[in-house]
Amino acid sequence: MTDIKIKITNRDGVLHEVDAPTDMNMNLMEVVRSYELAPEGTIGICGGMAMCASCQCYVKSEHELPEMSDDEEAMLAEAFNVEANSRLGCQIHMTPELDGLEVELAPEEV
Amino acid sequence: MIKTDILIIGAGPTGLFAVFEAGLLKLKCHLIDALPQAGGQCSEIYPKKPIYDIPGFPEVLAGDLVDNLMEQIKPFQPGFTLGERADSIEKLEDGSFIVTTNKGTKHHAPIVAIAGGLGSFEPRKPQLENLAKFEDNGIAYMIRDPEVYRNKKVLIAGGGDSALDWSIFLADVASEVTLVHRRNEFRGALDSVEKVQELKNLGKINLITPAEVVALKGDDNLHSVTVQKTDSKAHIEVVVDNFIPLFGLSPKLGPIADWGLEIEKNAIKVDNTLDYQTNVPGIYAIGDVNTYPGKLKLILCGFHEATLMCQSAYQRIYPDKKYVMKYTTVGGVTGFDGTKKEAPKAVVKAIE
Repeated sequence: MTDIKIKITNRDGVLHEVDAPTDMNMNLMEVVRSYELAPEGTIGICGGMAMCASCQCYVKSEHELPEMSDDEEAMLAEAFNVEANSRLGCQIHMTPELDGLEVELAPEEV
Repeated sequence: MIKTDILIIGAGPTGLFAVFEAGLLKLKCHLIDALPQAGGQCSEIYPKKPIYDIPGFPEVLAGDLVDNLMEQIKPFQPGFTLGERADSIEKLEDGSFIVTTNKGTKHHAPIVAIAGGLGSFEPRKPQLENLAKFEDNGIAYMIRDPEVYRNKKVLIAGGGDSALDWSIFLADVASEVTLVHRRNEFRGALDSVEKVQELKNLGKINLITPAEVVALKGDDNLHSVTVQKTDSKAHIEVVVDNFIPLFGLSPKLGPIADWGLEIEKNAIKVDNTLDYQTNVPGIYAIGDVNTYPGKLKLILCGFHEATLMCQSAYQRIYPDKKYVMKYTTVGGVTGFDGTKKEAPKAVVKAIE
């Protein structure tokens, strides 16, 4: 088991510190879902194809993240509530380097 | 009034395959879908993406899967009400249902199978104050009749194909076209991007990038929108007759949530020990739209659920008939269109 610690602030502003496995091919969106930090059906709607923005989050720590793919960039160009530190959770894979990552979930689009 | 045996709400892969299983039982189906084409997410979101877990298909493009399903169900002549959203349901005294769409089309069936996936695809709306107030008074999220915009001042927001294509089209129709996008880069067919560049150079499209619409002004009708430049934060007031935000579509469970069905986790609770029926007898929910302990939102699970649903629907429609499931290899497939597919018969013949 190689778990890392991640701090996730949910949409109600509540901070959760969770263990995320790095050996399960999981991304941040899936970690959020596995801990049910956002109601099912409001996050990861497209299943992780960077084709909706339901898993948008703001990255609060200084971790070096993988570069954005064209798909992610295009999706964020169309999404709402986008900030300079916005990323799609489904595009952030859990790796040992991300230990201590701090993120906040973006508001749900209505 | 459209009459059928099983009214399927949602024409995604699960809804389409239900037509086949119903057809084997000689039950007719009609499908309603809010999108203008069949296929659901597979056609709308990811037609060119591969799927690897359809049994028997090591790899299939989502769009091809839909084409194959349409081919498979063709003999059973399903009816389609496309581009309309199922809005309300009424249970009649005989236990059958009338489902009415947002455009008023009525459908009558003894069985309703909700195969609505994530819900109906609705335009994504920008979060702006007074947005609802100006809907239909200057703001529209899709262009139904371009003539509405003749000689009008139109502002389009968005950076995808539809924003580009409509800007190009309306440049010849409207008196003024402004295109606002959050980035300098647009993402669309190369032709469209180049055409917009050309129209911009000719002064036929007023391009404001990188920028965003931040406020709406007007009394009863929209009068102007405030556009904020992303870099300088400067505000530009653009006088408009129409504002068309084109930010793509996102799925919403929508009116089905108010049909008196038990909802859990944004999905419809069903009886997975038997037939995927909801808490309302005669209404079933299959595929991604339902939930039960251990539910997986997979196309292959939707196929299974559709199959069991049809068996239950048959018993409900014909409570006195005895029926035994028959393999298609044994019974063949007899279409409502007179076609018949069956396994070739072996011959018994001496070889001399």
